[in-house]
Amino acid sequence: MSHVSQLSATLSAADSLLTVLVGLAALGLVISRQMAALLRLFMAQSILLAGSATVLAVGLPSEHLYFFAATTIGTKVVLIPLVLRAVATREIYAEREIDQVLSIPLALLVAAVLAIVAWTLVRPLAVDLGDSTLVLHVSVGAVVLLFGAFTVAVRREAVAQLFGLLVMENGALLAGIALVPNLNAIVEVGVAIDVPVIALVVGLLIRTIHEEIGSTRVGYLRELKDG
Amino acid sequence: MPASIANLMANVAQLIFLLTLAPLAEGVLATLEERLQGKHGPSILQVYRDIAKLFAKEERVSVRSTWLFRFAPVIAFVMPLFVVLLVPALTTFPLTFAFMGDMVAAGFFLALAGFFTALAAMDTGNPYGPIGASRGRMVGFLVEPVFMMVFFSVSYVANSTIPYIVNQQWIAHGWASFLDPTHVLVIVAFVLLIVADESRIPVDSPSGHTEIAMIGHSKTLEYSGRGAALMKWGSAMKLMLLTIILVNVLVVPYGLADRVTVAALAVAAAWVFVKVIAFLVVLAVVEMSLAKLRLFRITEFVGAAFVICLFAMALRVVAA
Repeated sequence: MSHVSQLSATLSAADSLLTVLVGLAALGLVISRQMAALLRLFMAQSILLAGSATVLAVGLPSEHLYFFAATTIGTKVVLIPLVLRAVATREIYAEREIDQVLSIPLALLVAAVLAIVAWTLVRPLAVDLGDSTLVLHVSVGAVVLLFGAFTVAVRREAVAQLFGLLVMENGALLAGIALVPNLNAIVEVGVAIDVPVIALVVGLLIRTIHEEIGSTRVGYLRELKDG
Repeated sequence: MPASIANLMANVAQLIFLLTLAPLAEGVLATLEERLQGKHGPSILQVYRDIAKLFAKEERVSVRSTWLFRFAPVIAFVMPLFVVLLVPALTTFPLTFAFMGDMVAAGFFLALAGFFTALAAMDTGNPYGPIGASRGRMVGFLVEPVFMMVFFSVSYVANSTIPYIVNQQWIAHGWASFLDPTHVLVIVAFVLLIVADESRIPVDSPSGHTEIAMIGHSKTLEYSGRGAALMKWGSAMKLMLLTIILVNVLVVPYGLADRVTVAALAVAAAWVFVKVIAFLVVLAVVEMSLAKLRLFRITEFVGAAFVICLFAMALRVVAA
């Protein structure tokens, strides 16, 4: 069975770099103010994730990961933007700033704390995981997951929350590709179909919210309305 | 020629390199930005002309100012020259004065220049000076902890705070170290810091002429003649110096002289200048593609650099 400890030094370093850039893209999601930047950040992150998978695929070698990289590009860089453009163009491509509960400097501090929390949680696993590439993937994956969850929690904005969800999924996959390089193709196909469907459903939801209340600032939706 | 004298000559060569080429680097940056904006732009030699003209002009000093006002341009001019003796500007090995300090000392010298410039700006009673100085201090107190973080991350990776050793470490580890995430994150953070510290867009607009919106540039408004020339030359040298530290210590530690001969130093000087210009091209494109931030959003900009540094440190702890 192929394992990430077989990687050569250069490939391992290239993979670490891509992994960390996936983490930075998630940080960008936490601190970005512009609505239109969110989709671009998510696409960039997916490309980086696919790049990391490709480097692992070359190093191991594992044809499953080539397949994973191709489906990631296909669904997250091509399909999701198309779906969102079809169902919620006005909302996603709006040139406006995003509302949030926390100010950006505070969000940055929380992001720093979340990163430290994630790394502290992964640290005890480091001995069991052994290989540094694996540790990096799992720890950055955990960071990205937490950043996504944080975005879902503090942004009073349906569009940002959608991307928070999608980024959480990227984080889980980032850890997954290193832990289980030979994931069953069925699972991958399942994930590949899931994600555009999530985007479709939430995209439709966002459009409906926008049509009903004239805004996507869901944080203000606190009370039920009669008739 | 004994080695100690040769090293001393190489030190002098570093000083001459910085003194003579810093205005050219700044001129290239200014021209490049104007060209990118579709304007004709000044000649790349404009900064030399400005400095020469200012030296020939009479210096006028406010009667209300104190010795600080006369002293600050000298400090601002001399400190980059001190620091260039400490960092690998042209050679891979430490020269005569490199024993004097490490990267923390370099940071101290530059901070000292900033301190005196800010005091001098408040000295004259010009209303815009204190505004710019206090804004500059605001950016400064946000930037300096991040500078420290960058230094410590670099030292942590290279196990040393001496820039020569850091640079040797990168070479010794080969290509894998350039892809090392800690290394890359530190480079990103350092570039953000250069932008903030040098008052470039998005933190401040270097070509702006509205005093009320200035951060870095209002500090030199009151200077004329020789003082203005020294300030201008000093700030050009500081930009070039930070760029040299970035390209030689962090990004591409190649192309430096490994022995002191005239030919080796000349080749190294040419290489370093090419690297500096390459970075300035990147800087010009980055500046072109961004809008200036509102003053209170600068915290976010520098905060991002801080969190990136924290990432770099944490990665080193977790995955090393």
